[in-house]
Amino acid sequence: MKLATKDVLGLEHMTPEDIELILNTARDMKTIVTGRMKRVNYLQGRTVITLFFENSTRTRVSFELAAKYMGAQTVNVSVASSSVAKGETLIDTGRTLEAMGADIIVIRHSQAGAPHLLAKNINASVINAGDGIHEHPTQALLDMYTMREYFGTLKGLKVAIIGDIYHSRVARSNIFGLNKMGASVKLYAPATLVPPGIEKLGAKLCSSIEEAISGCDVVMSLRIQLERQKKALFPSASEYSRFFGLSPEKTEHLSENMILMHPGPVNRGLEMTSSLIDGEKSVVNRQVTNGVAVRMALLYLLTGGQNQ
Amino acid sequence: MSILIKNATVVNGSGIVNGVDIYIENRKIKEIKKNLQAEADRVIDATGLYVLPGLVDAHCHLRDPGFEYKEDIASGSRSAAKGGFTSIACMPNTNPVADNPAVVTYIIEKARKEALVNVYPIGAITKGQKGEELAEIGSMKEAGIVAVSDDGRPVMKSSVMKKALIYAGQFNLPVISHCEDLDLAEEGSMNEGFMSTKLGLRGIPSAAESAMVARDVILSRYTGIPVHIAHVSTKESVEIIRNAKKNGIKVTCESCPHYFTLTEEACEDYDTNAKMNPPLRTREDVEAIIEGLKDGTIDIIATDHAPHHSDEKNVEFENAPNGIVGFETALPLSFTRLVETKVLTLPELVDKLSAKPAKILNLKKGLIDINEDADLIIVDFDTEYTIDVSKFASKSKNSPFNGYKVKGMNMMTIAGGKIVYEACRD
Repeated sequence: MKLATKDVLGLEHMTPEDIELILNTARDMKTIVTGRMKRVNYLQGRTVITLFFENSTRTRVSFELAAKYMGAQTVNVSVASSSVAKGETLIDTGRTLEAMGADIIVIRHSQAGAPHLLAKNINASVINAGDGIHEHPTQALLDMYTMREYFGTLKGLKVAIIGDIYHSRVARSNIFGLNKMGASVKLYAPATLVPPGIEKLGAKLCSSIEEAISGCDVVMSLRIQLERQKKALFPSASEYSRFFGLSPEKTEHLSENMILMHPGPVNRGLEMTSSLIDGEKSVVNRQVTNGVAVRMALLYLLTGGQNQ
Repeated sequence: MSILIKNATVVNGSGIVNGVDIYIENRKIKEIKKNLQAEADRVIDATGLYVLPGLVDAHCHLRDPGFEYKEDIASGSRSAAKGGFTSIACMPNTNPVADNPAVVTYIIEKARKEALVNVYPIGAITKGQKGEELAEIGSMKEAGIVAVSDDGRPVMKSSVMKKALIYAGQFNLPVISHCEDLDLAEEGSMNEGFMSTKLGLRGIPSAAESAMVARDVILSRYTGIPVHIAHVSTKESVEIIRNAKKNGIKVTCESCPHYFTLTEEACEDYDTNAKMNPPLRTREDVEAIIEGLKDGTIDIIATDHAPHHSDEKNVEFENAPNGIVGFETALPLSFTRLVETKVLTLPELVDKLSAKPAKILNLKKGLIDINEDADLIIVDFDTEYTIDVSKFASKSKNSPFNGYKVKGMNMMTIAGGKIVYEACRD
């Protein structure tokens, strides 16, 4: 078992078969994550390096644990402590890490396409852990895993994504992935945060939050950065939560079986009220657990699924 | 040195004359007629080929002084000669900036010693191209500039642009405006649209260009001073300029081969060779540029030759510098995209690549006629060939056109009565 590609750069070009394979493999991995003995030797002798040019806690820790649970050696490189600050190019940094024996480099970068540039220039596998406002494929895979776990299939699922679509790599990857797997996507956002042509990626842009979430199986809200106010993208936190935040009043008429998702970290009371985040429809913590399982699956499949 | 070109098909902006001979001596065209009998140091049989005025480029970057690792005056002029350009006007965004007579004199002197073609410096509009204080426009004119421009940067302050027009107008110097509202462009690195959304790159809205084109047209009308708009890339810019011309406003403009050949889709896979400013736009914009070239709204074709080292381009898309090399692809791309498709006749194309840019820059160039400067090129418009960037004479190879099949290979360039480039026939 192996992925068709050397790298995991995004879901736009990933085949449905590979997505299926990753989600199926993640199911087995989840038994390890949730078991008492969180240790297998699938990646014994392998080296996984996380190369993060942006701050991150959850994604970096998730990758690190995924690698460690399978016996790999891990090193975390963050931009502040790297020679990038001294003017080294991304390609040279990647080649240096590869020369030291990296099998897989997990990269997060503020610029779209940085993982693609790295992947083209080294032989080691590259996993995109978020590139600018482009893609965040492992987040979308864990989101899809969570949806499938809950509903049994992705085919025919109706998913609403609410919030800052413009700056969201999570939204883009989910739109690409969900379309491939037969789900449909509706969007709602402040009009200032809708990127042009987003519907052509395979999503319906709605004119109200009610229209977006009605009839949906999954409602995913996205993180909004308060600093965006400074760029005149929305007026205030309270206005944002009033028109674009999720509250029990807005969601009470929804189906009994619907679930609420959020990629985290969540601004309580802004994107969703605390009662929803901590309520029974919320699967945000399950998403985090599944994230480790999905990342284990990816690491396993990229190293050729060599095993036991 | 004397040259006799036999059996030439001569293409000027005014039309085509078949089967004439051209005699060149002492830097000038001495005679043009059928069955011309003359002794010459070199006799060239141009049967089946076209003889054009040496092309005139109103917009290029020679990177000298300051960025000689990208290009210098000698290599840039070799690239121009190979592409068929015998007169080139170079933008002032060098290091130091050509905003004073000393830098202008350096360029002119170096070109006199090393350049194969005529090099005409363009001076900065403002000191350091900072858009604040006027550069020494009068002194630079004395030193030899043919126009002023802050190209690469817009003159953001409208009050400064207004005064620049008035002051440059007094010295009878064309003002070439790089139109880009930086406030609207924000941190964009490609056209804002479907492709920027798909690639997750911040976009530059077409309005960033068009809004400033509108401003400059209005300032030109208000001051009565002509303005020349550089590298027009959007549909709205074409509409604004078309309208302005109808209203008698003295605006001229240029576009570049990439803006009528490529769309934003060339940025797919983060190809930094498709990164330029203004950015490649949409199909609709490309069609509007072609329409503007056809109806005369767009006066001339310029290269915006902008060489960059491969190390600078082999980086993250947003970190890569803007621009592509242009001398060696401009003529074949223009011919293939505009004449083969019957958008323009061959004389119309030649006009936009020679006589018209010469007129905008007040140069007595761009015409094949008796007593004119002997700047001319001999072109094969019939044989298809494949663009190969590794063969470029430019120091830099940053072009998105590698592998393109085109027609219109320049076979020979004569500048000032001397053969400065000759294609080796394999």
